[in-house]
Amino acid sequence: MARAVVTVPPRAKRGEIIEIRTLVGHRMETGFRHDSLGRPLARDIVTQFVCTYNGTEICRAELFPAISANPLFTFTTIAVESGTLEFKWTGDNNFALNETASITVE
Amino acid sequence: MTPSHMSTRREFLLAAGALALTVRPSSSHATTSMMQDAIRKVVGDAPINRGKVKLDLPPLIDNGNVVPLSVSVDSPMTPTDYVKAIHVFNEKNPQPNIVSVQLGPRAGRASISTRIRLADSQTVTAIAQLADGSFWQTTQDVIVTIAACAEEIS
Amino acid sequence: MIARVVLPLVAAFLPMSSGAQMAPEDRRSGYEFMSAETRAMQDDEAANPATLWLLDGEALWIRKDGRADVSCAHCHGDAATTMKGVAARYPSFDLKLERPLDLEQRINACRTDAQKAAPLPFESRELLALTTYVARQSRGMPIQINVDARLQPFLDRGRNAFEQRQGQLNISCAHCHEQYWGRKLAGNPIPQAHPTGYPLYRLEWQSVGSLQRRLRNCLAGVRAAPYPFGAPELVELELYLMWRARGMKIETPAVRP
Repeated sequence: MARAVVTVPPRAKRGEIIEIRTLVGHRMETGFRHDSLGRPLARDIVTQFVCTYNGTEICRAELFPAISANPLFTFTTIAVESGTLEFKWTGDNNFALNETASITVE
Repeated sequence: MTPSHMSTRREFLLAAGALALTVRPSSSHATTSMMQDAIRKVVGDAPINRGKVKLDLPPLIDNGNVVPLSVSVDSPMTPTDYVKAIHVFNEKNPQPNIVSVQLGPRAGRASISTRIRLADSQTVTAIAQLADGSFWQTTQDVIVTIAACAEEIS
Repeated sequence: MIARVVLPLVAAFLPMSSGAQMAPEDRRSGYEFMSAETRAMQDDEAANPATLWLLDGEALWIRKDGRADVSCAHCHGDAATTMKGVAARYPSFDLKLERPLDLEQRINACRTDAQKAAPLPFESRELLALTTYVARQSRGMPIQINVDARLQPFLDRGRNAFEQRQGQLNISCAHCHEQYWGRKLAGNPIPQAHPTGYPLYRLEWQSVGSLQRRLRNCLAGVRAAPYPFGAPELVELELYLMWRARGMKIETPAVRP
């Protein structure tokens, strides 16, 4: 099942600032809700997002229950060289998801 | 359990302390002081300046479950003058933290967007941590409406 | 829920009849009643959470299933071509069952008849994903419900359901959505109830859901017992709502508050 959508411009000019959009499928159960019988629903969220660009970390985010379900996260980076962007999400209950995107920098 | 040599004054203070602990109001949602504590955890004793940070939140929100949030910081993002981190806090959700983002000069621009949950109309605070160790903040008030005709369950 | 407080006050002052239907040129999609930010979420595929379901649907379309071990693509080929315009014509009359089926039921009928597979449960991720993927192929196309003598009685029942008072609050769909659209309920503008974007991502659900799920929410909102998923009453109401929205463009997958 599709778990993440990353949007990276396929090509960019060297030195150009590019916008990266990421969307990950996750319920982000806050841990503050209760079911219809009043029993608490356990927290189950994505807690961390890391992006690396040819192995170098360019962005890291710590997420809390206040982030909406199916977290969208948009940030920027300088297109320094062609290569691979790697996206990694981790969270409660051993949640781990990786996604990659390629970029050609002229 | 008190030792026989303990003074009545000490006994009184212990009892008063115990009483103070039991009458602290329990809250199922954050308060402004919880938010201040969370901010202090990140900022420490450093002063927090106003400015440089721009917080983009719609003033009137369709649904508190999904509120678009953007934070940008006025910074050249050079190797010596850049934004190290952006932290966002709230005062009325059950928990004061929203998101913490580590950036660096590679970002090009200090600008992030996401979508957040806001439990009630409240004030959102964004704090930027710069490379020189200084902290800058801005706040915004938002009004949160509730969707009509929802499901029966929680 | 605020609706519990506000709706009884509204109901007390409503006239007995819900009035005539709105003029076709007055019809507006729920899109126009949302904030700019929510509209942007719908328009941008990279930011629309329903994209996750679309991608799932795309994968399910080519997955072999059932005792016949065939995929949707086996009979229907490329969905972008073969499914174009399909969602715009649903609910549609099924000759074998002699009643209208909505798109979810049609997909399940294909599963049982052609794939010899078990039907997918209503509101399951898989059924929502497939329905969203199929309906998306009609995005931008006008809704086209052609009513003949066979479909007429079902349409009439759907219209009656829309116009009758019901629930403990004793108001009809028409009261809010024909008479009071544009006015505020719990701080939010009341839309006209045109199902142009289903299945859609509802911010309240933080998930993609079907039109039937939304109708059940409406029924709960007026404190009526919601019909179960797949009930003929819900399909008749869907049929009437789609007919009422004929000519309006499909927006699937939409985003709504």
